[in-house]
Amino acid sequence: MFIDTNAYIGQWPFRTLPDASVDALLANYSHFGVERAWAGSFDGLFHKDVAAVNARLVEACATNDNYILQPFGTVNPTLPNWEEDFRRCVEDHAMQGIRLHPNYHGYLLDDDRFKALLQAAASHKLVVQLVTTMEDERMMHPLMQVPHVDVTPLADAIGDIDGLQLILLNAFRAVRGKAIDTLVATEKVGFDIAWLEGIAGIERVRSQIPVERLHFGSYTPFFYFQSSMLKLKESDLSTEELNAIQGGNAEALLA
Amino acid sequence: MEIWDGHCHISGFSGTPAERVGKSLEVADRMGVDKLCIYMGTSFQTEPTAAQLIEANGQVLEAVAAWPDRVFGWVYLSPAHLETSLAELERCVANGPMVAIKLWVAQNCDTPEVDAIVKRSTELKAPVFQHTWRKITGNLPGESMAVDLVRLARRHPDATLICGHTGGDWEQGIRAIQPIKNLYADLGGGDPTAGFTEMAVRELGAERVLFGSDIPGRSFGSQIAKVEGARITEAEKTLIFAQNLKRLLTPILELKGVAVG
Repeated sequence: MFIDTNAYIGQWPFRTLPDASVDALLANYSHFGVERAWAGSFDGLFHKDVAAVNARLVEACATNDNYILQPFGTVNPTLPNWEEDFRRCVEDHAMQGIRLHPNYHGYLLDDDRFKALLQAAASHKLVVQLVTTMEDERMMHPLMQVPHVDVTPLADAIGDIDGLQLILLNAFRAVRGKAIDTLVATEKVGFDIAWLEGIAGIERVRSQIPVERLHFGSYTPFFYFQSSMLKLKESDLSTEELNAIQGGNAEALLA
Repeated sequence: MEIWDGHCHISGFSGTPAERVGKSLEVADRMGVDKLCIYMGTSFQTEPTAAQLIEANGQVLEAVAAWPDRVFGWVYLSPAHLETSLAELERCVANGPMVAIKLWVAQNCDTPEVDAIVKRSTELKAPVFQHTWRKITGNLPGESMAVDLVRLARRHPDATLICGHTGGDWEQGIRAIQPIKNLYADLGGGDPTAGFTEMAVRELGAERVLFGSDIPGRSFGSQIAKVEGARITEAEKTLIFAQNLKRLLTPILELKGVAVG
C-alpha cells in the first residue's frame, strides 16, 4: 500500500497554496497511485479550539469515498483539558494517529505534559507524528519566526514508553548528525523524506537511518507533491526498499 | 522533455572533479537531466583568495574536459579580487571553454568592481549568475539581495543577469526583479514550496524563468518538482527546463563553435 505520511488539510496563512483543496489533493493521489494519506490540519498550529479543528479535519477527510485521507488530529498539551481532545481523537473519531507541533504550541520536549501525551498515545496504539519544522527559518514572516523543535531531550523522554511509534516529520531541515544517531538508537523513531535534500538523498541517508525507519511523506500541499515522488526515482533503491518506504513501513506501524 | 540544469556544484562527493561530475551524471541520467552547468570548486569559500579562485576554476575546467558533451563550466569570480577575476575571465571564458560567470557572497554586487566584471562579461556574451538571498535571520556581510542585483542590472541593460535562488525569499525576489527585463529568475536551491513557479511565470513570463537544482546540496527531485508540479502549461515547462537557458547561452556557444541543438 502506498501511504503519504505527511499531508495537510487547509491553507497556510502566509501564502495561497495551489493544491490545498481536498479535490486537488485527491487528484494528485489518484494520479500517482497513493492509497492512503495521513493528514493533519494547518489550523491545528494556530487555533485554540482544537476540538473544532479536529472535527473539521475529520469532515474534510470523509469527503472521499475510498478513505484515502486519514485524519491525524492535533493535540496541544499546553491547553487546559487537552486530555479531552485526545479522548475525542481516540474514541469519537477513531483516529490512527495524532500530529504534534511543539514549536508552534510553545513547549519543549522535556515537558511532563508532552511525556504524558506520548504515554497516552502509546497505550492506545496511536502513531505519534512530531513535526519539527514547517518553514525554512530564513523565509518566515518577520513577526512570526518559529524556531525548529529542539529534539535533544526526545530520546530521554521516550526511553521508558513501551510501544510508542513516533515519526518525525520534516526533520531533515534541522535534525542532523549525532541527533539522528541518538534517535535511531532508541528504535522508536522514524523519519519522513519530505525535507530530505541532497543528490540521491535516500541512497545516502540509509547508511545512517535503517530503511525500515524511513517513510514516504510529501508535505503536500506546502511542497509540490512531486518532490518526494521524484526523490524515490533519484535514489538507486531495491524493490524491497522502495515498497518499505512507500508504505510498508507505515502500514506496519498500524498493525 | 529536455532539461538543462543551470545550477550545479562539484562539492559533496569524493574523487577528482571529473569523477564527481561522473557521479552526478549517473543520477542526472536517472532523472532525465541532459546538461549540467557547474561552478565553484570541490570546496566552497565564502571569501576565496585569488589563489583559491584560480584553483576552483581549474577544477571545473578539469571536469569540463572530461565531460564536454554533458557539462558547461561557469567561471567563479570575486569582486574582492578584481584583477584576478578579470584575468580568470580571459583565461576561462575568452580563451577557454567556460560560458558564463558565477558570483557568490564575497562582496555585494552593487559595486564598481562588479560593474567591471559585468561589462567584460557582456562583451564576451557571457551571462552572469549572482547568488541572492534575503534572509530574515540575517545575511552574510557580502551577500546580495535581489534588490541589489536590480540596481546593478539597471546600469547594464545589455547584460544577461541571473538572479540566483530568485532572491531566496522568492516572493520578494520576483517582485524586485519583475520590471528589469534582462534579469532572469533561477529556481534552484530553495525548498520545493508550492506556488513558487506559478508566481514566477505569472509575474515574469515563462521566458525569464530558469531551471536549476543546486546539486549536490539539493536534490534533483525536489528541484525538478518545482517545474513538473507547477500549474503551468507544458510549453512553459519546456521553456523553463531547457529552452530559456539554451537561448541565453546560444550567442557565446556559437562564438565558441559549439552546436546548440
